[in-house]
Amino acid sequence: MFLTMKENVVIIGGGIAGMEAARQLLLLGYNPIVVEQKEQLGGHVGKWHRLFPDMSSAQDLVRRMEEDISEANIFLETKVNSINRLREGYQVMLSNGVNIACRAILIASGFKLFDATRKEEYGYGVYDHVITNADLEAWFNGNADPRIPHAPESVGFVHCVGSRDLKAGNSQCSKVCCMTAVKQAIEIKERFPSARVWCFYMDLRLFGKKYEDFYIGAQQDYAVQFVRGRISEVSEALGGQIQVKAEDTLTGKPLRVRLDLLVLMSGMSCNPEMTRLARMARLDIDSDGFLKSLDNIRSINESNRPGIFFAGACTGTKTVPETLAEARAAALDIHRYLQKGL
Amino acid sequence: MTDFGFKLSKSSAIELDKVDTSLYERLCQAEPGARICMNCGSCGATCTAGPYSGMSLRKVILGLQRGQDVRSMLSGCMLCGKCSMVCPRGINTRHLILTLCRIYD
Amino acid sequence: MIYEGKQKIWKDYQKEIPDDHWYYVRSCIRQNFFPASERKFTDITKDILGKDVYETPYHTTCGGIAYHCDAIPQETAMTIVARQFALMTETGYENYVPSCVTSFGNYIEILETWREFPELEARIREQLWKACRREFNKPKYIAHTSDLIYHWRNVIAEKAAHRLIDKETGEPLRMAEHIGCHYAKMFPSKSIGGAEYPYVLAGMIESWGGQVVDYPERRHCCGYGFRQYHMKANRGYCVSNTHKKFESMEPYGIQAILTNCPGCCYFMDRWQYVIAEQTGKTYGKDGFGIPVFTYEELAGLVLGYDPWDLGLQLHQVAVEPFLDRIGVEYDPKAKYLGLNKEDLLKPELPTNLKCF
Repeated sequence: MFLTMKENVVIIGGGIAGMEAARQLLLLGYNPIVVEQKEQLGGHVGKWHRLFPDMSSAQDLVRRMEEDISEANIFLETKVNSINRLREGYQVMLSNGVNIACRAILIASGFKLFDATRKEEYGYGVYDHVITNADLEAWFNGNADPRIPHAPESVGFVHCVGSRDLKAGNSQCSKVCCMTAVKQAIEIKERFPSARVWCFYMDLRLFGKKYEDFYIGAQQDYAVQFVRGRISEVSEALGGQIQVKAEDTLTGKPLRVRLDLLVLMSGMSCNPEMTRLARMARLDIDSDGFLKSLDNIRSINESNRPGIFFAGACTGTKTVPETLAEARAAALDIHRYLQKGL
Repeated sequence: MTDFGFKLSKSSAIELDKVDTSLYERLCQAEPGARICMNCGSCGATCTAGPYSGMSLRKVILGLQRGQDVRSMLSGCMLCGKCSMVCPRGINTRHLILTLCRIYD
Repeated sequence: MIYEGKQKIWKDYQKEIPDDHWYYVRSCIRQNFFPASERKFTDITKDILGKDVYETPYHTTCGGIAYHCDAIPQETAMTIVARQFALMTETGYENYVPSCVTSFGNYIEILETWREFPELEARIREQLWKACRREFNKPKYIAHTSDLIYHWRNVIAEKAAHRLIDKETGEPLRMAEHIGCHYAKMFPSKSIGGAEYPYVLAGMIESWGGQVVDYPERRHCCGYGFRQYHMKANRGYCVSNTHKKFESMEPYGIQAILTNCPGCCYFMDRWQYVIAEQTGKTYGKDGFGIPVFTYEELAGLVLGYDPWDLGLQLHQVAVEPFLDRIGVEYDPKAKYLGLNKEDLLKPELPTNLKCF
């Protein structure tokens, strides 16, 4: 057990939601214990390159967040084996043998990036020059990727891959992909100024701060073209080029284009780990498959179980600032809950 | 040639990488506003000539992006300026149309 | 192309295919189009592979062709199908294998519809009883005949007299595969390999020594499209789609096409003549077309059957260059001799498409 008089709060998930909540809980005088499955903190954001709207470094953000929680207990490469109800609070057993008694648990297990191989028609994993948004960020971060040509002359972005897709089991909009596509289209143009870049969208959902400005900038300053129509079929053409088909719904005509690189905007889907936790802790699942908040307007951070709280994409698709705001709110909710109990 | 009573049809598909968009690019050089159209359709909805002549500035810009000849639409414009009043992106539609006419000439 | 990526997808689309005891039903049109194919299926499966494949003369159309031409409602097709199942039930078979891809799709669609709407199945049972006093069990397994040839492809490869290899160069032949739309597009899970990267025919080509070549429009419909073709006013769309496929195929040097659907094989073969007449263009080497085979014909060639016994003289596109390439011997003078050496008469040769 921990040699501290501070009260334990178990945080499941070491992505930005879990880290931000841990920071707030430290400030509020608690002993947050972050349990992360992977070998490092930061989750999806930790693998990203730059974040809109200020094109700030994702790595810097995660590094700073990590520094802020250096005093927290962090278990990496650790899973939650069980959550048992005690007379007061819960007993959380971890895969590393650690056993924690606590009165509050925060679930911050995040989302799972949609597995683009499931959209077989896009040929991810089959064609040589089809990548995902996450692959492109990894490449921006300096990871080599043989699928990205040295000097692509034409690049396409497919919005809504696995999002707004009932057949793929995801009715939800993933919120961030439209903006990510605009951002990545600009970044591609910055690297390859002579490349022609097309974004294939169904609706452009650019709702956040300065997102629309990015859209105008992409059109005006980078000559990115937006084609309203979902790509229906991708084939490999001679020389490994990618041939895509879509309907140009604004002219009402079928459209074909050959590309040197196709980037799929994989969306956010439910994390299977979240489903496992829900079963363990008897948490309700909402009709969209994500964890069910007590109330989707006023009590997004609260679950149907006393002392179990949520933050981030485990309850639905979120942007980075939304996730961080929720994490802080969850920390306050936990504080209030624990104070009331004293 | 044998007459089979039916023939190969021409595909209506737009080959986006093959169409000639040089006119559009020239237009954008002279009037960068041509790039920021978001196809909202305000211009076409309010166009005085539109309902009678088929003119729609949205379709003109889109047509140029797809390498189509938009001259016939353009000739319907009466330069009344209504489209510039409603364009939410503030495109200088009058300048755009006049520039395009000059390019076509 | 990342071959392992395709293999991963193929793993998701496999189905159980019993190794023996099949109730075999023929297609309405294949015997006119490719007269030896269905017969060779029974020869290969019974005589060479020693399987129990049973057929009955009482079998009729499954109604699929009329259903897809909008000539009959689905309920009528269902009642026809119910009768076919009754015939199977009366013989004691449980594994049903149609030779037509549209039949296969029709059967699958009907069974899936009955699964969703059991009350409809009950009504069809009643209608069948009223119409002809028959009752039926649903088949335990349904496979298409190409699934069975796929299932036995390696046994066939072991017995092969010829392989799909260029005799001169030793290189594998470059072949395209084309599945019928009704084989996998309606119910990908009922196929081998799915609809995006179908494996049923690719597996045969690989097993028999050839190389499968993908081209951008490989998934495009052959063009037949039932009522597109059957309404003459729409026939231009039909040939235009075939044209689109051949245009897309052109740069890949494809030496033969393997199909599993009656319509696809017929139209991809015959339309090459119409395209050549209309545009002057041919897609094979030296003014020839690209030969299009049924899987029974290709299996027959691999197993060493005489090409004229396989009915290859009824193809529009000359098959001789292909036969020469893989080293099949044939008597050019016997090409237009039919069964019992009856003279079939030599057809008039096309203007632009080179034929013998």
